Amino acid sequence: MMRLGRFTLAGEARAPALVLAVPLSFWGGVAVETGEIIDRSHPDLGQRIAGRILIMTSGRGSSSSSSVLAEMIRRRVGPLAIVTARPDPILTVGAIVARALYGLTCPLAVAPIEDIATGDIVSIFPTAAGAAAIEVLTGGGAAGSSA
Amino acid sequence: MTLALTEYDRSLLGGEAGKAGAAAMNILVAFAEAIGARSFLDITQAHVDGCLYHGEVSLDFVENLVSKGGRVRVPTTLNVGSLDLIHPELMRMTAEEQAPARRLMAAHEALGCLPSFTCAPYQTLLRPKFGDQIAWGESNAIVFANSVIGARTDRYGDFTDLCCAMTGRAPACGLHLAENRLGQVLFQLRGFADSLAATDGLFVAMGLIIGVRSGARVPVVEGLPAPRDEDQLKALGAAAASAGEVGLFHVLGVTPEALSPAAAFGGKSPEEIVIVTPADIERAIASLSGAPDGAPLSAICLGTPHFSRREWDRLLTLLQEKPFRRGAPIYVNTSRETLRGLESDGLVAGFDQFNLIPVVDTCTYVTAILERLDGAVMTNSGKWAHYAPSNIGVEVAFGSLDDCLASAAARRVTRERR
Repeated sequence: MMRLGRFTLAGEARAPALVLAVPLSFWGGVAVETGEIIDRSHPDLGQRIAGRILIMTSGRGSSSSSSVLAEMIRRRVGPLAIVTARPDPILTVGAIVARALYGLTCPLAVAPIEDIATGDIVSIFPTAAGAAAIEVLTGGGAAGSSA
Repeated sequence: MTLALTEYDRSLLGGEAGKAGAAAMNILVAFAEAIGARSFLDITQAHVDGCLYHGEVSLDFVENLVSKGGRVRVPTTLNVGSLDLIHPELMRMTAEEQAPARRLMAAHEALGCLPSFTCAPYQTLLRPKFGDQIAWGESNAIVFANSVIGARTDRYGDFTDLCCAMTGRAPACGLHLAENRLGQVLFQLRGFADSLAATDGLFVAMGLIIGVRSGARVPVVEGLPAPRDEDQLKALGAAAASAGEVGLFHVLGVTPEALSPAAAFGGKSPEEIVIVTPADIERAIASLSGAPDGAPLSAICLGTPHFSRREWDRLLTLLQEKPFRRGAPIYVNTSRETLRGLESDGLVAGFDQFNLIPVVDTCTYVTAILERLDGAVMTNSGKWAHYAPSNIGVEVAFGSLDDCLASAAARRVTRERR
């Protein structure tokens, strides 16, 4: 199953999806040392973002989330890519700064996020025209649920 | 929809203003594309909220610009840092913990930013004017500049505010544009006495309500009594911006872009009308207080956002009006510029008799300053009450300035019956 979206920061990634039920504020919501969700009011509390493709409607809250995402990418505990249903300028800036400073790319795409489940293996890559192609590969499900 | 760059924008990207300017412009272009801006506009000043240390990336970003020889291109003030540089003895942090925070503040100064270290840049000599295009970070400063002054800034934050300062440019979108500044949601006060007093609590409560109910829309408030001074609007905006994502509010007949309903709504009808009753106000105020009346008190925290000179004068008058028993410490966050004014007027010498502790360059809810965290802390700030429980793990009681002073003396939470 393949869907098309728009990159706000282009790149490639392939990893198990972590689909968040509600938006997450990285600032105060994620441990920057481990990439673990620590917002006690969040339904995905305890999930690790590190090494996953993070999928949510959008981020939430403070602009300090830019710094938190950039710091997570620097420590290599950030998501491998982020797909949001709505553009998220705060997370985009964090990823752009991490790329500029450290040469590490965490691609961001805006695309429909329905029918993607936590654990699905997701592949993201640019099309020849520069759009964001998001492919949900079958056979996921269990792969990411224990992370 | 594409981003159109001017010759000047291209010259910045090409490095004509130096490598640091090019790096900043590159980030701004990517940001502008992400938010769908079509062009950039000139700004007259910036306020940078980059001095709170979030990890090595905070330092790497700014020191990278310093190493490329960067300088800000417009007058730029700085928001609070993690340290009180004037009163280092107040800091409850080890030297190792303080070092990166200190380096971060110094690196911003090396870029030519003014060491104002205040969340209330609108109280400084660089206060913008009506209609000025500016790029400000810090939510309360943004909402004050837009709403109370009528200057124009979108909601900037980490990295982007400094990139605007380094280039003198900002994406032409959001609250920079007149069409996005019109009111969308109308909040009407109903069921209040005609003699409704302009209490501090009323303005904080209104701020919380519009913050929760407006979402990303521009709120308009109808029926508020005329504020005593702009500090009440500061408190309203700070509460609204901490409870939600408000970057601009209008108060009919009070704020400069809402002198008539037609001006506030651009001749259109509001998308939604929200009725606000006395019970809503009571509920909003109660939501700020975890600590009950009578709870033992560790401290009072005032000045979030930073205490203005007018607020200091009011506080010092109240303290001297009645015999005051030295009680719990009263921390007052303020700018170093305001503190200097108090010093030159000879007002600081008497502070100790009231256990009055001025804190500058930072704020008591973002860093380790309070001596004791075991009892409740009382504040007259909706913003402090909102953030302190999760930031520094204290129980908060909200009350008026009079309640705060009475409670300090009693070392217990005491509130006048309203």
